[in-house]
Amino acid sequence: MVQKLGQLKETPSQTAGPYVHIGTTPNWAGIAGVWKEDLGLGLVGPETRGERILVKGRILDGGGTPLKDALVEIWQADAEGLYNSPQERRGRADPHFAGWGRQPVDGTTGEYRFETVKPGRVPYRDGRLMAPHITFWIVARGINIGLHTRMYFADEESANAECPVLARIEHKVRVPTLIAPRAVENGLPTYTFDIRLQGEKETVFFDI
Amino acid sequence: MSDQGPFYHRDRSWHPPAFTPQYKTSVLRSPRYPLLSLDNTISEMTGPVFSHDAIGPLDNDLIRNYARTGEPIGPRIVVYGRVLDENARPVPGALLEFWQANAGGRYRHRKESYLAPLDPNFGGCGRTITDQEGRYWFRTIKPGPYPWPNGVNDWRPAHIHFSVFGHAFAQRLITQMYFEGDPMIWQCPIVSTIPDKAAVEQLIAALDRNNAIPMDALAYKFDIVLRGRRSTPFENRMEGN
Repeated sequence: MVQKLGQLKETPSQTAGPYVHIGTTPNWAGIAGVWKEDLGLGLVGPETRGERILVKGRILDGGGTPLKDALVEIWQADAEGLYNSPQERRGRADPHFAGWGRQPVDGTTGEYRFETVKPGRVPYRDGRLMAPHITFWIVARGINIGLHTRMYFADEESANAECPVLARIEHKVRVPTLIAPRAVENGLPTYTFDIRLQGEKETVFFDI
Repeated sequence: MSDQGPFYHRDRSWHPPAFTPQYKTSVLRSPRYPLLSLDNTISEMTGPVFSHDAIGPLDNDLIRNYARTGEPIGPRIVVYGRVLDENARPVPGALLEFWQANAGGRYRHRKESYLAPLDPNFGGCGRTITDQEGRYWFRTIKPGPYPWPNGVNDWRPAHIHFSVFGHAFAQRLITQMYFEGDPMIWQCPIVSTIPDKAAVEQLIAALDRNNAIPMDALAYKFDIVLRGRRSTPFENRMEGN
């Protein structure tokens, strides 16, 4: 008789629905007094090391309309390339940098904004360095399972050129969907990362 | 601890696909290119950690955490269970956030348009962190079903939304819990985005009379399974086995 592996199945995903903010950012959603502050709204403090940047953008559906009910979470290394996680065994990350952020998109404009720092480089599984990147996770009404993607930095041309993950993308015309251009807004370096759920310029999403 | 290996690949035939026309909103919000398969890197194998200190004493009590003039109206229930991984190992320290409609099926949200009344004493959100054995529980009011603008006459079964943080960003999951015995589960266009009946059944919490609180609350048991990690061969043994 063949032995059974005894593995369980992952709980199936379901859409976050239109009211994900009730449970994830209740104060922002107008449900005051349940808890003091919403998690993930601030990544940086005065003592955080590294170059301050603003990351902003919109999430566009297949008709080109920005989503107004989405929730965006980001996860990134600190300026030295270390993650603020117990699973990080290469060193100790900046204790003044959360590494994780959560923002609802604006209910009118559909824009999200994160004030953060530019991440350092972290290694791929074989030790080669990946280009600096921020991991994104997006949920909203109509998205049956959360979407994983990455934002890369347009001013990191040489690092992007040798990034083993970007190199995995066979359709080179799609690589620019992951690269955010840099500008300056109110004196702060600002990267604009629009995420397209469908269409010719559909963002590359990852099955990780 | 076998906490360093990459995660099992997600079984995408067990999860709902992105494009599910019976759930109309998915039509314009579903990527059409295939997802790019990527071995886990440290960017996905790490994740934020939430301290028990971040949680307030009433955060897992939706009956009291918003009550102002009295108790909320509706059937009182306890929801409990464990967070496990696919290897059936408990996941301690997992942050669970949950949100739901009130007993009348109405959400506390400015864009909610259903004509059922708001309950002045019910906010509809809570959170907790699993203990060392991966256990959690919270107390709430059983939510009501409600109509929603998908088909002309589509209704959602009673449900509670869950957002789960395990130990890595790769385990991030949002799902919904349904209630045993509800005939509306099998008529819901969102539930039916899940192709496998057994997968739907994994989202249906069991009514647990044994753990009901007499003259107070019924209990429902809902276990949540997050992705498991591969064992890491370490010297001459499989780490964690």
